[in-house]
Amino acid sequence: MIILTNNILTIEQLKKHFVTRQGIVKAVDGISFSVKEGETFGLVGESGSGKSTVAYTVIGMYKPTKGKVLYRGKNISQESKKRSQALKKEIRIVFQDPGTSLNPARSIRQILELPLKIHNLSRNHKDIVNKIEELLKMVQLPVDYIYKYPLMIGGGEKQMVAIARALATNPSFVLLDEPTSALDVSVQAKIINMLIQFQKKFNLSYLFITHDLSLMRNVASRVAIMYLGKICEIAPASEFFKNPLHPYTQMLLSSISVISDEEEALKPKKIISKGEIPSPVNVPPGCSFHLRCPNKMDICSREDPVMVEVSKGHTVRCHLYTNTHV
Amino acid sequence: MAKPLLEIKDMYVWFKVFGGILKVLDGVNFIVYPGEKVGLVGEMGCGKTTTMKAIMRILPMPPAVIPRGEILFKGQDILKMKQVKLQHLRKKEISMIFQDPTAALNPVFTIGTQLQDTIRFAEKSGKNTEKEGIRTRAIQVLKEVSLPDPERVLQNYPLQLSGGMRQRVCISMALVSTNELLIADEPGTSLDVTIKDQILRLLKELAEKRNTSIILISHALGAVRGMTDRLYVMYAGSMVEVAKTKELFAHPLHPYSQGLLAATPRLTGGGIGEGIDGRIPEYINPPTGCRFHPRCKQAMPICKDKKPPFFKVGKDHEVACFLFQNHR
Ligand SMILES: Nc1ncnc2c1ncn2[C@@H]1O[C@H](COP(=O)(O)OP(=O)(O)OP(=O)(O)O)[C@@H](O)[C@H]1O
Ligand SMILES: Nc1ncnc2c1ncn2[C@@H]1O[C@H](COP(=O)(O)OP(=O)(O)OP(=O)(O)O)[C@@H](O)[C@H]1O
Ligand code: SF4
Ligand SMILES: [Mg+2]
Ligand SMILES: [Mg+2]
Repeated sequence: MIILTNNILTIEQLKKHFVTRQGIVKAVDGISFSVKEGETFGLVGESGSGKSTVAYTVIGMYKPTKGKVLYRGKNISQESKKRSQALKKEIRIVFQDPGTSLNPARSIRQILELPLKIHNLSRNHKDIVNKIEELLKMVQLPVDYIYKYPLMIGGGEKQMVAIARALATNPSFVLLDEPTSALDVSVQAKIINMLIQFQKKFNLSYLFITHDLSLMRNVASRVAIMYLGKICEIAPASEFFKNPLHPYTQMLLSSISVISDEEEALKPKKIISKGEIPSPVNVPPGCSFHLRCPNKMDICSREDPVMVEVSKGHTVRCHLYTNTHV
Repeated sequence: MAKPLLEIKDMYVWFKVFGGILKVLDGVNFIVYPGEKVGLVGEMGCGKTTTMKAIMRILPMPPAVIPRGEILFKGQDILKMKQVKLQHLRKKEISMIFQDPTAALNPVFTIGTQLQDTIRFAEKSGKNTEKEGIRTRAIQVLKEVSLPDPERVLQNYPLQLSGGMRQRVCISMALVSTNELLIADEPGTSLDVTIKDQILRLLKELAEKRNTSIILISHALGAVRGMTDRLYVMYAGSMVEVAKTKELFAHPLHPYSQGLLAATPRLTGGGIGEGIDGRIPEYINPPTGCRFHPRCKQAMPICKDKKPPFFKVGKDHEVACFLFQNHR
């Protein structure tokens, strides 16, 4: 069957649960979204909401507990060892912490030649060196970095190497798991601008993960908000910041600190954030946000709301909207 | 204006480590007036925590040495204080909330034990030492930081609380002892936005209610904007700009402050500024003159040779940059 779609990645009812001594952690608990060809899809959520778990499942580090991951319409819900080389070449990842994602015992050269060798992208020694130099130039690092080791370079530079490593195989889809959250804003700016430039040049699609909404506003075309393993709202970025619907989104937006009055004006008013984030082992029944929600109704502690489309491309999972829209 | 409560004058801090001397703080000048909320922003490793630890006299010495400088608290040099005085200072006058609330609490004792010890220590000289009184006081301070169910919290061990609750406990401990100056070193940085926002609001409320001066440290500009009256920007070991917070956001003058502000993503969208080339220097062999000059697009020959002092550019606005030496 041929599915006509411009979605490069589709996630369907994905669940990933971990069995731990404390109980079952529902890290990802039934989420669906799709990423369009050439876009940057943003996944936002607080620590522990399950963002990395989604990324690791897409890249094949985890096998889904339930649900599907489709890449260009093809089911790829298997672990990476069962995936074809061609697929591994297509989907690449940049990890959150550049300090631990680069092997400190390997030189930059060894780090960058590995993907070239695995994927047979170079014919000989000279070709490899040329390719590595090209990659370094692309991320604006001096070519003599080829001889350096991760410990000898700064955090931002390490992340540039990690990006070069991800792009070495000419992928179509790149998972960016908080690529700049360990870095200073002055360095972040350079990396983000570089990523935007590469996206245009190589026609890349990004799944961009961050907990920083202001950053998200500037990179993503569409945004999904996660809370305790579930998505509560998906909307085009511009619509999202203009008209946030879910009470949690509103709380999140009103909590962030901004640097100008114009931004202050965009924040929803008077939603005082309260309560603690519950443990993912012990998710509250009904809507998992009901204990902190200022709009909570009786039904919220009993029934988990379902996703409804409120306007085109804007979906939300909250009883405030299910009631009026069924 | 009133006399400063705290004034750091031309302070240097070095760390003598294997392989050389890290010249970290390089002539820090910093003032806090009574009742004032002062912000200190700067990127990773610029020396914010080191400056505050020097105030508290808790820098590990060695490896740290302070070759030059004064820290005047109500006119007296903290760096010259004897142990007895210092203890009084930490008990009654200045307290600090650390970056990492987990490290500040001892995991093997209950919150009750730790908090009550702090109260006993702080009030040893004073009246309230009987057991019930201390417990009541403990419950009262936990309520003050809006912790629900304080009786239960007293019986808990630190790891049984969430990060946000631990940070609140640390604030409550700081509150027990302070009445003049509270130093908050990136409170809530390790926590989630919604929780961090709660903590910041709590700190502001408490400081205003008690008329305590506060130093709020952050690597992000946003966190200090709504919270402080005056703001210092720090780069590679010294203050590069100070102004009323509003003024600094409206008219940043130091090229580093400008770069930082431009690089900060905005909720209004429209892309991010280009950032600042290069990175913070190594302290073992820092650049001569203005430490920002290798990254500065407007650097002049003098910037390489001489360290710029603060130049006054407005009523409360000073900039350590030679572009402003002929101002007025
Ligand atoms: N391998 C694992 N085994 C058990 N629990 C796990 C595992 N990986 C993740 N978890 C748990 O699943 C939840 C989601 O974790 P995840 O790392 O996906 O969150 P995140 O949104 O990426 O958070 P952060 O912003 O801190 O990176 C957390 O409660 C985490 O402790
Ligand atoms: N005990 C020590 N021994 C050696 N070097 C130290 C010591 N303490 C701090 N430093 C160095 O001093 C510099 C400034 O550190 P400091 O912790 O003051 O920075 P900071 O501005 O608080 O940064 P952050 O935003 O990361 O908290 C760093 O380069 C650090 O490595
Ligand atoms: S479903 Fe109910 S509790 Fe959940 S966010 Fe909506 S109103 Fe709040
Ligand atoms: Mg993560
Ligand atoms: Mg610090």
